[in-house]
Amino acid sequence: MTKHHVKMTVNGEDRDILVEPRELLIHTLRDQLDLKGPHVGCETSHCGACTVDLDGKSVKACTMFTVQAAGKDITTIEGLGNPDALHVLQESFREHHGLQCGYCTPGMITRAHRLLQENPNPTEEDVRFGLSGNLCRCTGYQNIVKSVLAAASELNAAKEAAQ
Amino acid sequence: MKDEVTRDERVANLKGMGCARKRVEDARFTQGKGNYIDDINLPGMLHGDFVRSPYAHARVKSINIDAAMALPGVVAVLTAKDLEPLSLHWMPTLAGDKQMVLADGKVLFQGQEVAFVVAKDRYIAADAVELVEVEYEELPVIVDPFKSLQSDVVLREDLEPGADGAHGPRKHPNHIFLWEVGDKSATEAVLDEADVVAEEMVYYHRTHPCPLEPCGSVASMDKVNGKLTLYGTFQAPHVVRTVASLLSGIEEHNIRVVSPDIGGGFGNKVGVYPGYVCSIVASIVTGVPVKWIEDRMDNLMSTAFARDYHMHGKISATKEGKITGLWCHTTADHGAFDACADPTKYPAGFMSICTGSYDIPVAYLGVDGVYTNKAPGGVAYRCSFRVTEAAYFIERMIEVLAIELNMDAAELRRINFIKKEQFPYNSALGWEYDSGDYHTAWDKALEAVDYKGLRAEQTERLEAFKRGETRKLMGIGLTFFTEIVGAGPVKNCDILGMGMFDSCEIRIHPTGSAIARLGTISQGQGHATTFAQILASEIGIPADSITIEEGDTDTAPYGLGTYGSRSTPVAGAATALAGRKIRAKAQMIAAYLLEVHDDDVEFDVDRFVVKGAPERFKTMKEIAYASYNQAIPGVEPGLEAVSYYDPPNMTYPFGAYICVMDVDVDTGTADIRQFYALDDCGTRINPMVIEGQVHGGLTEALAIAMGQEIAYDEMGNHKTSTLMDFFIPTAWETPHYTTDHTVTPSPHHPIGAKGVGESPNVGGVPAFSNAVHDAFRPFGLRQSHMPHDHWRIWKIANGLGLHD
Ligand code: FES
Ligand code: FES
Repeated sequence: MTKHHVKMTVNGEDRDILVEPRELLIHTLRDQLDLKGPHVGCETSHCGACTVDLDGKSVKACTMFTVQAAGKDITTIEGLGNPDALHVLQESFREHHGLQCGYCTPGMITRAHRLLQENPNPTEEDVRFGLSGNLCRCTGYQNIVKSVLAAASELNAAKEAAQ
Repeated sequence: MKDEVTRDERVANLKGMGCARKRVEDARFTQGKGNYIDDINLPGMLHGDFVRSPYAHARVKSINIDAAMALPGVVAVLTAKDLEPLSLHWMPTLAGDKQMVLADGKVLFQGQEVAFVVAKDRYIAADAVELVEVEYEELPVIVDPFKSLQSDVVLREDLEPGADGAHGPRKHPNHIFLWEVGDKSATEAVLDEADVVAEEMVYYHRTHPCPLEPCGSVASMDKVNGKLTLYGTFQAPHVVRTVASLLSGIEEHNIRVVSPDIGGGFGNKVGVYPGYVCSIVASIVTGVPVKWIEDRMDNLMSTAFARDYHMHGKISATKEGKITGLWCHTTADHGAFDACADPTKYPAGFMSICTGSYDIPVAYLGVDGVYTNKAPGGVAYRCSFRVTEAAYFIERMIEVLAIELNMDAAELRRINFIKKEQFPYNSALGWEYDSGDYHTAWDKALEAVDYKGLRAEQTERLEAFKRGETRKLMGIGLTFFTEIVGAGPVKNCDILGMGMFDSCEIRIHPTGSAIARLGTISQGQGHATTFAQILASEIGIPADSITIEEGDTDTAPYGLGTYGSRSTPVAGAATALAGRKIRAKAQMIAAYLLEVHDDDVEFDVDRFVVKGAPERFKTMKEIAYASYNQAIPGVEPGLEAVSYYDPPNMTYPFGAYICVMDVDVDTGTADIRQFYALDDCGTRINPMVIEGQVHGGLTEALAIAMGQEIAYDEMGNHKTSTLMDFFIPTAWETPHYTTDHTVTPSPHHPIGAKGVGESPNVGGVPAFSNAVHDAFRPFGLRQSHMPHDHWRIWKIANGLGLHD
């Protein structure tokens, strides 16, 4: 099958990759770019384990062709924080036990990150609704919701302090 | 030496048992640096994918692989014919049956593995799967276990019709076993004479553990050194190594099995699947590593269903409500092969815990296992071997009996509980319950939710409903469950002949930090966090200075793995006991260093002190160093220990759950407005982790009770093979839970812990289900089968005339 060059920005870096037109974005990220944070849980858009941020929207990378991502700006969990500077959500999930097996976690945090951009002051209901595209089999969500709400307050406090 | 740090500070510094230590696993998981099976890529690795049967029952007339082999990038296509010379076209199941690895002449369920395609990448493999031409001849399909036992259609032609199965005589070609416990005639005599008998058919539907990460493996045969490395989603890596050795003929020391991070297991990853076997064979054939990863559809259709028990029950009582006997006959649908993952002597697992938390003088249980044209499995989906079936059964029977007696179900439970002073309690079906205080837990739970107030509100609501002021009924779901976990004593528990002990090996490093390796494997339970806490308390080295390692059979001591809530009861005990061996040696070293007799020093938090002279001490750090740099007469250098723990008994966690819901009779929706869960898991190691386990287990229970099912049509077509059809609750549908606890330690466990991971699933399912039933009790509902999705609830309301 003919391959195509696709240019996109991934976690702040410009990438130029060669893919078959049918290659799914999740496989390009995981297998070509070695970004193993996003996971595959269903390949049918239901579980959200593969969630990435694409031009400011949460996108399920299992149901998008890489060629459709040409020219886009993508952030995966690997781009949210690093060991020296964790994202507030990464800290908060640990602090509030928002994960168990960790399989949903990268997608969940990436989604939560976008949710807090869309709505910096969410209620518990907002968080539950806003995360409803991401399944978790382990935690029962209660501590995930707690983690996200705590991160929201922390981010807001930091914003206020900065002003 | 003057100590600046207070004792309390030293205790806190250990982060030992009882503290809500944050998890050490989380750093990598929150940064996307976990290492799950599909993250493992080896040089030159090929990808395998299955051709699966579209039919539930058919003869395989021919398989043509030419077109598939002609596709560039395809390396091999394996069929049963290729596996036969290696005797790998069939494999033994954990239940003493055997299972086709690849279709051998016929297929017995939709989605069954027919051929294994190996190609350069997963896309080519998927293309090639489409190119394999299989000619089938359809056969009559049986999806109903009751019909199966009447049918002339023989499903398992490979079995000698009249011959015994692994668990005794078979009464029909489609029959697997009859397992009986208790005293049938005495129970029937009691039922005949009883004041009151409640009889009901309780069906616990077929469902699936469905962890977020599906199953998979990467096999790598190193032909130069004759070594096979097998990575995979294994809840029991050592058992897999032994099975792989027995099947392949490769000596066990030449096989290394590694369970990397596992994205949830819940029983799905206990069994041995054709994918694992095929990846091994393919790697041996091709000489390069081969990866097999199932997709969600494969997962829901072929690996490890759970439940599917038709439980016919009779329970008798006096007029006052004292239970006098329990009778149960279960028809168990095992699908095409008996691939239950139960200890060998228990073909229906621990279903015989079905007398529950009640003092029932006489009981009988019979279980008939039956073949049908459905996927094999019968795994313990977040429960200890059919305990959730047992708990659901008895908790439904209690409710039905309460209706029969016109009694409050909470009171009926209370007057029948096993009393605190009766422990250890010998149940009518042969178990010795270790400890419990049910009345205290029950009273605490009822008070916490204001049970009386709830009932009053429910009555008011009912009146309002009858007056036409509301269309919502209120349901109060009660459950009191007793689990049996921690399998188990080697004298009666084994898997494929391996006794169900577990193990821990500890090495203390010279600078006073440590590594401990266990025979278990975490799938999200947080073992690296909690086992270090057990050790910290036992050996006085901070949990933060202890690495816990599991899952690599080359380094970990042999163990039976993680399922059935056995890690804490069994491996946790091994950990404590290995720690005590360390401590015993440390005591000798401390005494030598302090120039006193061994008996004159005692352990205190993180050190040994001279009795009566606490200012004279040696810390564990100092002792560790001394063990490596001092020649101590009569004491070997180093500080290491290993313990293999054979539990003397199971442990019996229990709990009281109460669910309150508003059920809309017109839409069939159930709004869960309160859920209270009290768990008693004995000694609590990490309350944060326990609470997390309870939340997660309750949500799996919610799924099962309220919507999740594996359904087939009459043709054996699998109707729920994607997450579109197979219900998994989102954050939106999941209620907020209130957790609580009492603490009744296990008397026979070294630290008194009982295990908790599965309790919420075992107790949660009847709590949700009983709430639905309770809402309709005033209108005469006795029993309606799960899952209680909106459609089924609507049908209940409709059937009771509430839409007229
Ligand atoms: S893998 Fe993309 S949504 Fe499940
Ligand atoms: S932590 Fe396991 S799926 Fe969410």
